[in-house]
Amino acid sequence: MSLLHLAILLPFFAALLIPLIYTWTKKIHTGWLVLPIPVILFIYFLSYIPKTAYEATTASFNWIPRYGINFTVVVDGLSLLFALLITGIGSLVVFYSIFYLGKNKERLNNFYAFLMVFMTAMLGVVLSDNLIVLYLFWELTSISSFLLIGYWYHRERSRYGARKAMTITVFGGLMMLGGFILLHIMTDSYSLREILAAGPAISNHAFFIPAMILILLGAFTKSAQVPFHIWLPDAMEAPTPVSAYLHSATMVKAGLYIVARFTPLFAVSGVWFTVVSVVGIITLLWGSINATKKNDLKAILAYSTISQLGLIMTLLGIGAASLHFDSLSNNLYAAAVVAAVFHLFNHATFKGSLFMMVGIVDHETGTRDIRRLGGLMRIMPVTATIAFIGTFAMAGIPPFNGFLSKEMFFESLVEITHLNLWNVETWGILLPVIAWVASVFTFVYSMIIFFKTFTGKIKPYLLPKKPHEASLGLILPPAILAALVVIIGFFPNLIAAPILEPAVKAILPTLSGADDFSIHIGFWHGFTPALLMTIGVVIVGIFLYKTHRFWKPFLTVKIPKWLRIGKAYDNSMFYMEQGAYRLTMYVMTGWLRTYLNYMLFSFIVLVLGTLVITDSLNFDFSNLTQVTVVDGVLAAVILVTLIGIVFSKSRITSIILLGAMGYTISIFFVIASAPDLALTQLVIETISVVLYLLVFYHLPQFSNIEEKPKFLSVKTLLSIGVGITITLLALSAYDTTFYESISQYYIDNVYKEAAGKNIVNVILVDFRGFDTLFETAVLAIASIGIFAMIKLRLTKRRRKHENE
Amino acid sequence: MIIKIALSIGLLLYSISTFLYLYRILKGPTTSDKVIALDSIGMNLVAIVAMLSMFYKTNAYLDVILLIALLAFIGTVSFSKFIEKGKVIDRERDN
Repeated sequence: MSLLHLAILLPFFAALLIPLIYTWTKKIHTGWLVLPIPVILFIYFLSYIPKTAYEATTASFNWIPRYGINFTVVVDGLSLLFALLITGIGSLVVFYSIFYLGKNKERLNNFYAFLMVFMTAMLGVVLSDNLIVLYLFWELTSISSFLLIGYWYHRERSRYGARKAMTITVFGGLMMLGGFILLHIMTDSYSLREILAAGPAISNHAFFIPAMILILLGAFTKSAQVPFHIWLPDAMEAPTPVSAYLHSATMVKAGLYIVARFTPLFAVSGVWFTVVSVVGIITLLWGSINATKKNDLKAILAYSTISQLGLIMTLLGIGAASLHFDSLSNNLYAAAVVAAVFHLFNHATFKGSLFMMVGIVDHETGTRDIRRLGGLMRIMPVTATIAFIGTFAMAGIPPFNGFLSKEMFFESLVEITHLNLWNVETWGILLPVIAWVASVFTFVYSMIIFFKTFTGKIKPYLLPKKPHEASLGLILPPAILAALVVIIGFFPNLIAAPILEPAVKAILPTLSGADDFSIHIGFWHGFTPALLMTIGVVIVGIFLYKTHRFWKPFLTVKIPKWLRIGKAYDNSMFYMEQGAYRLTMYVMTGWLRTYLNYMLFSFIVLVLGTLVITDSLNFDFSNLTQVTVVDGVLAAVILVTLIGIVFSKSRITSIILLGAMGYTISIFFVIASAPDLALTQLVIETISVVLYLLVFYHLPQFSNIEEKPKFLSVKTLLSIGVGITITLLALSAYDTTFYESISQYYIDNVYKEAAGKNIVNVILVDFRGFDTLFETAVLAIASIGIFAMIKLRLTKRRRKHENE
Repeated sequence: MIIKIALSIGLLLYSISTFLYLYRILKGPTTSDKVIALDSIGMNLVAIVAMLSMFYKTNAYLDVILLIALLAFIGTVSFSKFIEKGKVIDRERDN
């Protein structure tokens, strides 16, 4: 186990200790003791930056080597970018939560334990090389996210949100596991690197597309892509540090990680490009439109996150096109991947800061509703500054980092329309148009977040608390992120070479051979279409923001009517539950006769079906013995008694007829030369008849519930069917003797080996005495059981004629 | 040979007789008729088994004959008791 493994598992081990620490140290806020963990990890992962620029670091730890499941960890550019985000923002979030969550009124031990488990899970997802281990950590993120969303479990909405997030992400996770297993079947390996290396070889495999779709389902559910985005707005019931950490910066990017990671494998297929970019662009548009109609700041941010994730997803989809061009000099689609990675980083910074800002506003004013907020700029100037930077970066305004990545986004979209592949030339023009519209809406909601909250008139009568500037501890983490937004906005190349470049090379391994590939992000590109599009976004966006109150009611009323995925989810949950309940109530009637009908029906279908399908029906009567008159008469007697039993109207007749039939059968045994059987049959028959008489004395008369036997009822059909089936089976089986009977051995050895002349009895007690032993046991159990049932009455009810 | 023919005829007659008793079981107006018919079937069976064992030239079925006679008696007694008292086994009388 290397240091890298320990680094991944460190938060997990810490989570084990947190409850102890919490109970021992009541005076200090537990967050202070947790804070060093992500900080140490952040510094540790920073130390990988110089190394990772040239090569990936691998460390392996055998877990289940026989099945090829090993805890193998690989640090390459992409993993490192994520690891830095997770630990860096994790540190800030822990710091923020110290001031956000009160020491006395919150269960901090739970909070930090869940958070640390999540951190381990997330690090495991991005660093694992083994698919099964990756899946393990993936589910751990789902579970810890479930726990964190439901942190205030006394609230109905929290529980609902947690359950919804769990259902959807675990559904996706299971789909992804299926995809991983298909990959394993195709490549015989669980190692991500080996599978990626085997990429071209399996691209024509029948499982290739199914595996791709399943893995994409996992990625889309986790990254809240349409139509699986519905869990994310409900996950906003979590405490704000959790929203900032999980649902903006890290966990929802796990799906993006998966898409980026599998790009070298799946991008050869046009399906991948189409699905990823189309789903991404729809999500982008849908999220941005929905964000403009929300009144809750966190809800706006949730939809904004969905929208931005769609943007990154689109870029990753477009980046897939780059694998189809060998020449690197004019490989413009690789720029889309650069933009994706860059925006992924940028989004984590500004969205983290925005969530923390919203948390501050909520914390200091007591509400997050933009209709009650306003004019906070004077009271909370620092928070306002942070919000300004965050929102303008999100809107894509210079000089912040969002501007740069949005420029690159537009460039890539314009570029994709020139692609001569997969019929993109025909429908590809839609991509930049939709993206542009979505950007306008992005601009609008960004402006709403900032201006509605911080400008205008203050409404103190609407605010639950008297607002004042937040403490330094709450301000510091978002301030650091906002500073990053500005710094990267001005000096994007600070992270371009050390962090982004290895990440892009990890996504597009064909680039790694080319040394001339380097990222240079500049402000000025000349008058490109992208710049014109940005200017258009700003102009139309300002116009739409100014007229927002006129068209907003139109959105809130009209759009939800025709497509409400959240409602569809609720309905499907309701109807699935109802359907399962009704099905159970319909099938499980509680009547034994119903279940017997099921069994007999299945028996007929299975046996008769097998006989017919395997063509086993054969009737060969050549080896039959001669039917004597006695046989015929006895059979006729049995038939008559049988019909009498079925149609008799009183129980006593049925019993007498049953006795008659039993005696006749014993005569059959006599004819078939089986004296022992005949003896036993007679005795048992007599005893049974007596027992029936005993039991039936207590029952009501038959005539009370008498009904005319219907000839075409289900019962009649089933009994006729079973009779026919058994008859056919017996007739078909009669002549299919494959082996000689072994009875000759018994005949030869009954006296020689076992000193007996009665062959039946010798078989029962000598050759196969074990059966007899356990049949004796059965009889013993039956008699003890009857005794117990009669004697043991735990209820007080006593019959009149009880013996005692 | 004569014995064989005689036995066959005997078996046939007893079979017919069994059938007639069976008719009585199915039809018999009272339960007592049915029980008597069942008892008689038992006796018929004694005869049939005896003739069969002669037919097969074996004495392995003599036990069966004895048993049928015994059981037919027990059966008839219990049926009769059931008809008369409504139950087969009496409980201990505690004065």
